Amino acid sequence: MPLTSEIVFALTAVIVFCLGLYGLIAYAHLVRKIMAINVMGSAVFLFFGAIARRNFEEGSDPVPQAMVITGIVVAVAATAFALTLARRLHAETGQTQLPEEQSRR
Amino acid sequence: MSDALVWSILIPLLGAILTFWLNSRWVAAIGLAFSLATGSLALRVAYAIWRDGAVLHEIGGWGAPLGIDLYADGLSAFMLATNGLVGLLISAAAYLYFEPKEDGPRQGQERRAFWPLWLFLWGALNLAYVSSDAFNLYVAVELIGLAGVALIVVTGGRDGMVAAMRYLLAALLGSLGYLLGVAMLYGEFHTLDLRLMAELSAEAESSLVLWVALALISVGLMVKTALFPLHFWLPPAHSSAAAPVSAVLSALVVKATFYLLLRLWFGVFSDQMTVSFGQLFGVLATLAIIGGSVQAILQRRLKIMVAYSTVAHIGYLFLILPLTIPYRGNDTAAWNFDGFSGGMYHLLSHALAKSAMFLAAGIVILSMGNDRLRNLRGMAHQLPLTTFAFGLAGVSLMGLPPSGGFVAKWFMVNAAIESSQWWWVIVLLAGGLLTAVYVFLVLRYAFLPAHPPHFRAPPRRLEYVALTLAVLSLAIGFRAVEAFELLEAGTPFLTAPDGGDGS
Repeated sequence: MPLTSEIVFALTAVIVFCLGLYGLIAYAHLVRKIMAINVMGSAVFLFFGAIARRNFEEGSDPVPQAMVITGIVVAVAATAFALTLARRLHAETGQTQLPEEQSRR
Repeated sequence: MSDALVWSILIPLLGAILTFWLNSRWVAAIGLAFSLATGSLALRVAYAIWRDGAVLHEIGGWGAPLGIDLYADGLSAFMLATNGLVGLLISAAAYLYFEPKEDGPRQGQERRAFWPLWLFLWGALNLAYVSSDAFNLYVAVELIGLAGVALIVVTGGRDGMVAAMRYLLAALLGSLGYLLGVAMLYGEFHTLDLRLMAELSAEAESSLVLWVALALISVGLMVKTALFPLHFWLPPAHSSAAAPVSAVLSALVVKATFYLLLRLWFGVFSDQMTVSFGQLFGVLATLAIIGGSVQAILQRRLKIMVAYSTVAHIGYLFLILPLTIPYRGNDTAAWNFDGFSGGMYHLLSHALAKSAMFLAAGIVILSMGNDRLRNLRGMAHQLPLTTFAFGLAGVSLMGLPPSGGFVAKWFMVNAAIESSQWWWVIVLLAGGLLTAVYVFLVLRYAFLPAHPPHFRAPPRRLEYVALTLAVLSLAIGFRAVEAFELLEAGTPFLTAPDGGDGS
């Protein structure tokens, strides 16, 4: 398989997705977890970009791009909600971590 | 007729917006009215599909592959009807549970927040059942997760907030896994329409990309369905919310992602459904049934016990996989339909029984102050109707005749014997016995004589709603023909090109 730019993008997306997953599991701080989820989301959008390029010889497929736009809207809404919830959790309990991860950083 | 599919999504969303903007004391009444409309419309759509077969609606007249199709077959109709029936009764219960009393501002805040979020959730659930577009389904799944988390936050207090945060992180992780899988499917088939994908995948050769997509989608949606060992978020989330919210989450929300898994597994991934894949999920289901039940027995509070029982009963749903995939021979054309219908019937009877149990637990908290098991003494004397409802729901969960749970288990045991997989029979029966242990644990305390010190009579009509749900979970054991016919009117296995009538 020739190493075309689409493949490089797709592989990068997979690596970034795994990095995000690692961050989500390894870090206890809620803001870091929310950021890790955003990193994973960006990876998925990058993957969609690679797919869009691959499906067409010239130019790119608009359908994945439309999905990325919708996906960003959903991700923004979810992130806003998660951050608000994390802030309220901190205001109510003084914690920035889930109780089962209290001993970790 | 096909317009009804659109209305089944639009009506609850319209209700959500109205109840959100109208900051008046009529919020509950308006919410209840929209719930009535949504529920009865869902039941009407299900009836029409049972009579006339599957319905296809091309949004804006574009049609797949360019546009987004709404497609409802027997399986969709079954889920819509389950949602409609249980949703109607839970709405009635919520109307009574959040009734304005002397409780002060907190109760009012819960009531104002509940109705928009619940209608929002209902609309997203209906969208998940009728949409035929993989990306549209991602949006539906994300909406279901966000609305569910928000419902826990507004009714669950401080414990609920922690549980909701955990649930939210798990839900976002799950939907991202699903979305990456969908991206791979799009790269493979160049379409997002599930029915087109199913046709193309039947012709395509099994490739590595398909297996990776299958793994991502399966694990992502398993997190959201809380299949053991990915159930960690469920018990605290479901037990810390207010009773009607717990009922919605346990009875309806976890089943939406399970439905989506079934659609994808038997539609798009039908070539990948090998015997070993089925047996793998059988093992996970067994772990869920045993692990969830044992955890339920060990709990000392009623609501968290009922929540762990949900973990166990999600296991039964996943037994569909080994029971449906033919064990002898590798002819994927001959799916075992008994196992599938039995599992789906379990979904219905569990939805009814579990919502009855959570409402009963909510009534206990309203009237006795807390739900510690040892404080349940005297419950049978003070709350006879609620105790009766809890017992009846327990009978259905155990799978004793005559109940919906019994019919479901009967079909699943039959399927296991037909395909000579006797080991699943043991799992099914052991699960019933373990369920009996925790149900009787509750009833034992309930029948001990005592006078609860701070007893407050709950709304009598709320008790009747819980009892209705429990009686229904039993009554569906007497007549199952229509439901089984409905399931046969277009199943995920029959994704034939001429499935819709294109009206």
